[in-house]
Amino acid sequence: MRDTRSSRILFQIGAILFALIITTLVLFLAGAQPFAAYKYIVLGAVGSWDVVTNVLVSWVPLLLATSGLLVTFTVGLWNIGIEGQITLGAIFTTWAMRLLQNSGWNPSLILVIAMLAGILGGLLWALLAGALKTFGGVNEIFGGLGLNFVATALNIWLIFGPWKRPGVASMSGTLPFDRSLWMPIAVGSSRLTPATLVIAIVGIIAVYAMIEGTYFGLKLKAVGRNPKSAYIMGIPTWQHMMASFAICGVFAGLAGAVQVTAVYHRLIPSISSGYGYLGLMVAMLVGYKASLAAPVALFFAALNVGSIQLPIILKLDSSLAGVLQGTLVLFVILGHGVRAKLLKKTKVSS
Amino acid sequence: MRNISKLFLLLTIALVAGSAAFAQSAPPAAGSSLTIGLVMVGPYNDHGWSQANYDGLQYVLAKVPGTKLVYIDKANSADRPGTTVSQLGESLVAQGAKLVIFSSDDMTDEAIKFAQDHPDIFVILTSGSQQWKEGKNYLPLPNMINVMGKMEYMKMVAGVAAAMTTKTGKIGFLGPLINDETRRLASSAYLGARYAWVNYLRKDPAKLTFKVTWIGFWFNIPGVTSDPTQVADDFFNSGFDVVISGIDTTEAVAEAAKYTAQGKQVWAIPYDYSKALDEGKGVSLGVPYFNWGPAYVNAVKSAMNGSWKNHFEWNGPDWKNINNPDTSAVGFNKGTLSKDASAAVDKFVGELGKGLNLWVGPLNYQDGSAFLKKGEKATDQQIWYLPQLLQGMEGQSVSK
Repeated sequence: MRDTRSSRILFQIGAILFALIITTLVLFLAGAQPFAAYKYIVLGAVGSWDVVTNVLVSWVPLLLATSGLLVTFTVGLWNIGIEGQITLGAIFTTWAMRLLQNSGWNPSLILVIAMLAGILGGLLWALLAGALKTFGGVNEIFGGLGLNFVATALNIWLIFGPWKRPGVASMSGTLPFDRSLWMPIAVGSSRLTPATLVIAIVGIIAVYAMIEGTYFGLKLKAVGRNPKSAYIMGIPTWQHMMASFAICGVFAGLAGAVQVTAVYHRLIPSISSGYGYLGLMVAMLVGYKASLAAPVALFFAALNVGSIQLPIILKLDSSLAGVLQGTLVLFVILGHGVRAKLLKKTKVSS
Repeated sequence: MRNISKLFLLLTIALVAGSAAFAQSAPPAAGSSLTIGLVMVGPYNDHGWSQANYDGLQYVLAKVPGTKLVYIDKANSADRPGTTVSQLGESLVAQGAKLVIFSSDDMTDEAIKFAQDHPDIFVILTSGSQQWKEGKNYLPLPNMINVMGKMEYMKMVAGVAAAMTTKTGKIGFLGPLINDETRRLASSAYLGARYAWVNYLRKDPAKLTFKVTWIGFWFNIPGVTSDPTQVADDFFNSGFDVVISGIDTTEAVAEAAKYTAQGKQVWAIPYDYSKALDEGKGVSLGVPYFNWGPAYVNAVKSAMNGSWKNHFEWNGPDWKNINNPDTSAVGFNKGTLSKDASAAVDKFVGELGKGLNLWVGPLNYQDGSAFLKKGEKATDQQIWYLPQLLQGMEGQSVSK
């Protein structure tokens, strides 16, 4: 086999087909009609302006998380801790909003400060993971996982403790902010916020431009490919790793800030909505290429939103979307592995 | 050209004015058919709160011709990450729902947002009090009705069953999260238990232990709430031999069955759902349950015939027969009770029906401060918004 563009695409298509076959099998086993299920997922994601806006609402934090992860993946880091970084972003945002909500300041100004606070929260939590890795020798996967648990515990403690509603500790989160402090919603929609959409799109373009078009991006890639040679070439390795953590933290913090200011309008226990883990899947699926991140994240968001139709119409569990997403990633990575092996064989035999 | 822009301007003004006027009134009558959307916080088959609501809607479908049901369950951010409850409500509207029932207190914020965003859709927020003029959270929304059952009575009955059964004099209450509703329900159970302890058993109230342990939510969310199985075990391991469940799922019963099978006779009282006894044969003393059907039928009919008006209703039992599916909003199904306990339960229900009121002073709050003076009767508001547990109860009154 030759390493051509067409063979690569062939393997990708094969992976998608396999994922569909497996998901279809799961549907069959569940006693459901697979084609009806797919139809309703599609309708649930693009069938009306309302659901399209819901997909976009879900796309924004997912794309932000993915954008950040592309940077850490570029230097070869598995920033599992992104969930915690999103949570800390949300916590810092809520904190700023709580401090300023009765200040009488202009709501736009409060929102901007709250977003910046979110960035700071994500950044600090990411730097902590980075410091554990760089100075403590703790693998970023384990450090990140640990920090995720701490972030969740902190979040729940705040919701059930110091930030609880008057007299009531509720799983539904802290008291919602006044409508004047909600991120402005587009006319004709009940939840689409154009400002966050712009932030996410600008974000992914910036990451693409940085990785593909700057000297800094090139150095990140060099560290990612081979840290030792990069170091010998004079690229300070750990500084670049820390920088990538910091950038990812900024994006994660923004995602958390969006969840608070534009989606839930309060802090809730599962404020990250799992977008960090989903972002990891998107990044893996696109082979860490920024150019593909936006459409694939959109596809994942559409699957998530569309799959809500499954329990409503077909009485199926909506976790089917997760099955499809998971198998997709699995088969694409498997496809990469098989192809690499075949290429090696071809090389050896020729 | 100018005419066209004028026309546009007029049209815009008409639209804005029209929609503003529209926002002031309840939605128009739904006519001879109505699709009802039901949003449930837990699984529709949880043998608890959500299933009681689901069954209530099945009752509506049977009683009101022309009705159709679409539903979504597990509407909470742990089970459906990334979604909001109002968004799930809109998914039901997309399936034709003209009336959406948000069947949990936990959905209050989102139900209000939904009702405000969709003035053309009828909304029922079950267990809320926003449409209660005399309530603390009055927020008039023409398209919203609040429905609740007077479970306080049936929790008292549960308390009687528990007091008549306990051998150790220690009753545990497995509580969900701490709020007005859960405080008043736990306190009602205590009032019933104390009444039976003092008046039927002629025992010293100081020798009755009644302890509340809260898990943090209506059902177990691993890693977020305390594990109700663990909490039930803790009760049974520390001398409590009856656990009254205040949560939406049946862990207390399962654990009671386990301990009893191991030779340690203990009992539990599940909650919410009339058929919840099936799980704990031999250890369930009975179940206080909601019967949502009749209230939902009334609301649905009013949406269909145009008589809908926003209001709050807090429906009591039918004292002639608390288990009448057509008339009683709350009931108590007796389970494994001793002859004495069973007779005491019947007697107590009879007394309640004749006007016995346990929410009468002298009653103190848990911290010893005065709640009701001697002979003073609590108002509905004092009960609904109970700020603390009562004196004599152990456990947290307010979340710290």
